[in-house]
Amino acid sequence: MLTRRILPCLDIDGGRVVKGVRFQDLRDCGNPADRAAEYQESGADEIVFLDVSATIEAREASLETVSRVRRRLSIPLTVGGGVREAGDAERLLAAGADKVSVNSAAVARPELVSEIAERFGRQCAVVAIDARRNGPGWDVLVKGGREATGLEAGDWAAEAENRGAGEILLTSWDRDGTGAGYDLELIRVVAGRVRVPVIASGGARTASHMAEAIQAGADAVLAASVFHERNATVWEVKRELASHGIEVRL
Amino acid sequence: MKIGVVATGVANLASVEASFQRLGMETRLLRGLNEVATCTHLVLPGVGAFAAGMASLEQSGLDGALRDWVSGGRPLLAVCLGMQLLFDGSEESQGVAGLGILPGIVRAFPSSVRSPHFGWNRVGESGGWLAPDHYYFAHSYRAEDAPPGWESAWSAHGGLFVAAVRQGAVVACQFHPELSGQAGSRLIRSWMEAAGGC
Repeated sequence: MLTRRILPCLDIDGGRVVKGVRFQDLRDCGNPADRAAEYQESGADEIVFLDVSATIEAREASLETVSRVRRRLSIPLTVGGGVREAGDAERLLAAGADKVSVNSAAVARPELVSEIAERFGRQCAVVAIDARRNGPGWDVLVKGGREATGLEAGDWAAEAENRGAGEILLTSWDRDGTGAGYDLELIRVVAGRVRVPVIASGGARTASHMAEAIQAGADAVLAASVFHERNATVWEVKRELASHGIEVRL
Repeated sequence: MKIGVVATGVANLASVEASFQRLGMETRLLRGLNEVATCTHLVLPGVGAFAAGMASLEQSGLDGALRDWVSGGRPLLAVCLGMQLLFDGSEESQGVAGLGILPGIVRAFPSSVRSPHFGWNRVGESGGWLAPDHYYFAHSYRAEDAPPGWESAWSAHGGLFVAAVRQGAVVACQFHPELSGQAGSRLIRSWMEAAGGC
């Protein structure tokens, strides 16, 4: 049986791991290669890098980070952040990413998803959606959560799938970095709209939060702070998920 | 010993090469026919669409070289789309002929399950050549029948499907050994050793 995946996420800026609350107030959380290797050892199913670098120099450093990390990782690596065209995806894949995640640029130009899927395969194309609650629905945000688009998260997920997305990385802006648990309604709605796997993100503090997200329909759960702050190891989280009857790779 | 990695596209090649480097083995990327003769082992990775993968092999003339390689029983490790390309064809690209080394057509998963089949799934007993363990998969098409004369290992997602097959030094796996942690490394090492490498 297919197991549910635990994905530690490392936000990287200029070659360092950082983490904020609601995408702001970034603080340093260590060396990406060491962190990724540590998470792999403790049972991570994949590693996700989100490059939050604001400058070209920092972006170059991130590319070097990807290739350094690749040499040590024997599990999949997804890299996102700043991917605007298929050429950006190609550079990340050549450096050692297995999948590339697109966000703002795909909202602005949805053909980007098809271009990546056609050139590198659907399994390479992850569409990241940052969603903020708005009444009964969720608005898609872009530019690191700074700009609302008026798009409904479920609609955009369905369109992204039609255009070739192989996975949806769904982040709740409201919950990001808060430790208040995932937005379960958001997961239910989006997982019900698409056939591709949904990765839940934003708000995890405990293994129970992750179990809830999986029960709400997530195929995989992403978490950053909970692992960076060493509240729990991946292995501890998986043991607890297994005790909830959730299939994991131990 | 020279390990040639057939470049059918750019995606994921860095991971494939890194997996061999971690085992202390160097690889070289093959883009054409002339380098095949200097290799002792071939890896046929592959991600992306079936038609694009076949077109790339035909363009470089590597399609015929691969058929000869396998009929000579030489060491080949085919991964994911690389395994699918060994079959007669795929539902993904109807009318496009595969390499025809394995009989049959690979088909899409039933609509009752999520697709792509992404993540770590259990592969069962194979008769000793592949350790039962979790391996990492990322694909939308799969073979439902084991080719006659090949040893097979199975996994399940919306029903059983063929996770890997082997005949002598030729190994084809639907999962990604290069992304399957220690279980994957063990398969790569045992393929190298059985095929007379190291």
